[in-house]
Amino acid sequence: MNIPENLRDATSHEWILVEGDTGTVGITDHAQAELTDIVFAEPPAIGKSVKAGDVAAVVESVKAASDIYAPVGGEVVERNEAIEADPSLLNTDPFGAGWIFKIRIADAAELAALKDAAAYREQIGA
Amino acid sequence: MRTPLFDQHLATGGRMVEFAGWEMPVQYTGILQEHKAVREACGVFDISHMGEFFVSGPGSTAWLDGLLTNNLTALPVGHAQYTILLNERGGVIDDLIAYRLGEENYLLIVNAAKIPEDAAWLRQHAVPEVHFEDRSAEFAALAIQGPQAASVFEKLFHRSMPAERNRVEEIQPGRSFIATTGYTGEAGFEWVMHATEAAAAWQAALDAGATPCGLGARDTLRLEMCYPLNGSDLSPDRTPLEAGLGFFVDLKKSAFIGRDVLLAQKASILPHKLCALRVLDKAPPVRPHYKVYVNGEPVTETTSGALSPSLGYGIAMAYLPPAYCDIGQMVDIEVRDRRFRAQVVKKPFYKKP
Repeated sequence: MNIPENLRDATSHEWILVEGDTGTVGITDHAQAELTDIVFAEPPAIGKSVKAGDVAAVVESVKAASDIYAPVGGEVVERNEAIEADPSLLNTDPFGAGWIFKIRIADAAELAALKDAAAYREQIGA
Repeated sequence: MRTPLFDQHLATGGRMVEFAGWEMPVQYTGILQEHKAVREACGVFDISHMGEFFVSGPGSTAWLDGLLTNNLTALPVGHAQYTILLNERGGVIDDLIAYRLGEENYLLIVNAAKIPEDAAWLRQHAVPEVHFEDRSAEFAALAIQGPQAASVFEKLFHRSMPAERNRVEEIQPGRSFIATTGYTGEAGFEWVMHATEAAAAWQAALDAGATPCGLGARDTLRLEMCYPLNGSDLSPDRTPLEAGLGFFVDLKKSAFIGRDVLLAQKASILPHKLCALRVLDKAPPVRPHYKVYVNGEPVTETTSGALSPSLGYGIAMAYLPPAYCDIGQMVDIEVRDRRFRAQVVKKPFYKKP
């Protein structure tokens, strides 16, 4: 199980990579493995405003739909259209080409509520 | 409940889910890969949860022909037949495969979820001299399906797979049976065996090159073929004519339970027909119980749905009023508060290239 050290993880299995005031959001390797074959992904619209914990996107596997929550609040500034065309990128490259959206972080203090790699590893029992 | 292959599923990486009271593998490596293995090579499914009923004794054929829609009198010994058990209202109790093992000797393969209900129904209609036994717990079964199933058969049995569909052979009298039947639209066979032989049979199928496949792929494969799933596409409130299974109903044979209702339906107009719907828009996967609209009005809901792994678009089935059943009829399917265009298409969705 790949758990990159440079990311913060939400209990609901989203990761965020923080660069300045912007965060890139995706789902963890553990989440994609649990969801299995992802066949549909819908990243949020640019300009959408979300609070931490809001449903920001939806991914669906053959068997189930799964909501993707915003790990922090802010405004969506980029969406990954590549995952709409090829949702399997979320399975094959969850920390790279399978990113879902980028958010302008409203309050960097919210990042403290997220887990580091060690705490996330403990959560999933990896 | 667990099948005799529970430990094998765990050892093979099976992801176990609850299905009709059974702990069954929904997948091993992935539904899409397993689906593709069956369409292009060969897959093996544990179907030991399904029920095995034995019927024998003088009058067995006549008795079963009074309970089932298809015609067993016309079925040669050594053949299998898809047939349907109806209630008094002509609704479906179960759909099943009948193996004719002898003139008056049958093995019925019934759906896991319906074993108690089917058995109770058959016992309720018992007649003297016809012997009925539910031996589901004693038997296991594998479905081996795909264009390379014949090669797997050869490795398992050291002879050729019967070329004809719906052939039945007893490998070991009373203990092991094969039928060239299936639920995937591919060539292949189903192998019913004594539970004590299941683990060796499973391993032999894997060694012969079959890919282990779970219930997830079983569902997408059958839906691409528009094969109904009892409990989803079939119900006690729908007749086989409404379900589009008229081919498996012989209204000309002597009376069977439910026939009067079917004759009356045939003489008038069906209230609904199970239609195949192809999703035209790029949409999330359609699943069962999604609302279907015609001209903005809700008319029904889907009974099954999936993103077809072979075709790459959404597919579903739904009971529609006859006015909306013509090929090309436009409908909308609601997925999470949004409506997507779909169209009634000819069955099946998938045809071998």
